[in-house]
Amino acid sequence: MKPAPFEYHVPDSLEQALDLMSQYADEAKILAGGQSLVPAMNFRVVQPSMLIDLNRVSELSLIREEGEAIRIGAMARERHLEFDSSIAKHIPLLTEATPFIAHPQIRNRGTIGGSIVNADPAAELPVLMLTLDARLKAQNISGERWIDAHDFFAGMFTTALAPDEILVEIELPYMPPHTGWSFMEVAPRTGDYALMGVAALVTLDENGKCKKAKLVYLNAGDGPVDAKESAKLLEGETLNDALIESAAAMASQKEINPFGNVHTSIDFQRHLANVLTKKALKQAMQRAEENQQ
Amino acid sequence: MTQSFPVTITVNEKEYKRDVEPRLLLSDFLRHELGLTGTHVGCEHGVCGACTVLFDGESVRSCLIFAIQADAHSITTVEGLAKDKDNLHPIQQGFWEAHGLQCGYCTPGILMTLVPFLKENPNPTEDEIRHAISGNLCRCTGYQHIVDAVKLAAEKMR
Ligand SMILES: Cc1cc2nc3c(=O)[nH]c(=O)nc-3n(C[C@H](O)[C@H](O)[C@H](O)COP(=O)(O)OP(=O)(O)OC[C@H]3O[C@@H](n4cnc5c(N)ncnc54)[C@H](O)[C@@H]3O)c2cc1C
Ligand code: FES
Ligand code: FES
Repeated sequence: MKPAPFEYHVPDSLEQALDLMSQYADEAKILAGGQSLVPAMNFRVVQPSMLIDLNRVSELSLIREEGEAIRIGAMARERHLEFDSSIAKHIPLLTEATPFIAHPQIRNRGTIGGSIVNADPAAELPVLMLTLDARLKAQNISGERWIDAHDFFAGMFTTALAPDEILVEIELPYMPPHTGWSFMEVAPRTGDYALMGVAALVTLDENGKCKKAKLVYLNAGDGPVDAKESAKLLEGETLNDALIESAAAMASQKEINPFGNVHTSIDFQRHLANVLTKKALKQAMQRAEENQQ
Repeated sequence: MTQSFPVTITVNEKEYKRDVEPRLLLSDFLRHELGLTGTHVGCEHGVCGACTVLFDGESVRSCLIFAIQADAHSITTVEGLAKDKDNLHPIQQGFWEAHGLQCGYCTPGILMTLVPFLKENPNPTEDEIRHAISGNLCRCTGYQHIVDAVKLAAEKMR
């Protein structure tokens, strides 16, 4: 099918884009990579009467280091995250997880901002934003505000952005020292949306005990699911198989709330979460130990 | 009809000037406006890969880009690979010799996916090849001959 007619604007600067949003917020949609929006328009699931295309706003695609953090413009392509050397050095979890998003042809266009604002519970980037304690900068014509990733996702395909706001930048603090990471998912085929997936972080203290842990799941609820209680089980402890078993059992049985779909039952998703959590925690722990030497 | 806008798009090193409606997909622009029907259309939602073309040298889905967004950009389609029918691109030659196609519906998209892939990975393993074409659906071959064709092409290009 073909998209319904729409009016098209292609601003050269963020200022122009914000100005357009202030006038047309009710009818307009931002066009970023188009890899979620255009399929929906082709199906006529959505029929925006106006698109504001950010692809010529070059200031929005920068990736730079600032302080102890990396700042990524909302229009940075998923493919650029994958190959960026400062991300690989300071936030290796992001480098490792990005290739799980779709296929190279999609990642060549799809943007970090588009994926975050799209807020698909099965998407990788929203999960990574929670895992990495991202801060998200939203802007409208009258100013800017920073939103904690933990306050950004407001349910299925829903976020805290106001209709006239544009997500402009993402700030990711460097992963702390002595931290190990892992990202694992199971998809029917390479590049498909996953049935279940988990991002794990383990930070060790000088005695080798777990100082801080994180477990965040995709396709496990109506947004990215942060299994805080299960992670807490691990903190202050020396990690061993029994503890890892309990954390995996708690996360997969109590903290996630998967819905199932044509490819999987809810029980199978819980089973996958259990298995993936154990594997991911072991890999993260091993990497944290290597980082400590 | 909504308003049309003038665009200048370079396709296979030739410049085309046309007026396009914003909602015209790049895939339809190539096929209907320029008559370049080598770019195939299977699903129009990014899943099948048949419509893959190069956008400034990078592989993309032409069904998920509006033609108006290609204004002042450069596109390469499967028609841009060979000088003429006696001088096929090594990837095409590989597909010819190793029987990398049956009906051919998926082939243009697979070829355009492979051009940048083989540039970046001149000596790919079978695993890497299967990974690279995972975003292109083929309903005929079972992929085995495609993988063989890619190996052969990589050899020819080294
Ligand atoms: C075949 C296929 C497979 C895929 N598989 C996966 C997968 O496995 N995992 C995954 O995570 N994703 C997957 N995707 C989606 C892909 O990652 C998208 O690129 C991404 O979700 C959306 O990013 P985009 O830049 O294309 O956004 P767009 O499609 O342009 O926009 C998405 C939405 O966000 C809004 N928006 C975009 N940018 C901004 C901004 N800066 N400020 C405010 N609003 C904004 C738009 O108005 C729109 O509503 C797949 C897509 C396809 C076609
Ligand atoms: S037609 Fe574009 S991916 Fe199927
Ligand atoms: S050869 Fe027929 S779909 Fe691939």
